[in-house]
Amino acid sequence: MRRLRSIGAFWYDFVVGDDWRVAVIVVAALALTAVLVHVAGVNAWWLLPVCVFAALGWSLRRATRS
Amino acid sequence: MSALPLVLTVFVACAVEAVEALTIVLAAGLTREWRSTFQGMAAALVVLAAIVAVLGPTITLLPLTALRLVVGALLAIFGLQWLRKAILRAAGHKSLHDEASAYLREVAAAKAAGTSSRGRVHDWYAFTLSFKGVLLEGLEVVFIVITFGASQHNVGAAVIGAVAAVLAVAVTGILVRAPLARVPENAMKFAVGVMLTSFGIFWGAEGAGVSWPGQDAALLVLVPLVALVALGYTVLLRRPRAVQPASAPTSEEVTSP
Repeated sequence: MRRLRSIGAFWYDFVVGDDWRVAVIVVAALALTAVLVHVAGVNAWWLLPVCVFAALGWSLRRATRS
Repeated sequence: MSALPLVLTVFVACAVEAVEALTIVLAAGLTREWRSTFQGMAAALVVLAAIVAVLGPTITLLPLTALRLVVGALLAIFGLQWLRKAILRAAGHKSLHDEASAYLREVAAAKAAGTSSRGRVHDWYAFTLSFKGVLLEGLEVVFIVITFGASQHNVGAAVIGAVAAVLAVAVTGILVRAPLARVPENAMKFAVGVMLTSFGIFWGAEGAGVSWPGQDAALLVLVPLVALVALGYTVLLRRPRAVQPASAPTSEEVTSP
């Protein structure tokens, strides 16, 4: 059990890294993009770049303030 | 889409990780024993090659849309990690990775450790140090090779970029016989972060159903845009004085048993 937990922690740190909020924003932005495209019929190509730049800025701001 | 961005991105990412792995291998080999160090390195390379050989062809069996959605999300998240660290280092909020000081720390630890043998491995410490170093640094490269290569259905080109980088760093390391401290690691990580984030945005959005204006040509705008935004954040966050690098052990600490 402890080994499984440490393997999970390793992969979490490997993929997600220091700021989990960035990963959440990227996944949420992709989900919202898919909804806009497939449900509302909006070709929302601009949404993901905007969210990624905002997430990066927010994460950097938090890191430099702490 | 040309395979050139794929090969170049994998080459630079792999070169950065290979430089860090070289530091550990050199510390183990020069301080302990070369045979066990090479055994550890070879074992790690076999594990990494097996991961690519198994996961590479498997992941390409996924439908392209689903593959690009998953890989795009992973690349964007992974690329933002690289970019975030590179920006914090360039702006002076995080210490730059110092190969010379990392080497001294590894040498000090290797000298202090005891010797034990297991099976055909004469020096277990040198074996595990080399194995872990190469495996952990190599996993990031394997991740990039598989995700980047699979999205372009060209894992072979990604492998070529990775192997070329390992050979280039290994040959340089053999010639210099010292950690490659002059390699601009942070600038290379910044560039890789920009590429991974840009391709992650592009493929992720495509996987979500978006049709990019200009199709593949959108990348010619997206990559410079990500680079400009990252550079802008670096300038905005730049500290007047750089942070001192992590303190290296003194020569006395290193030479003492």
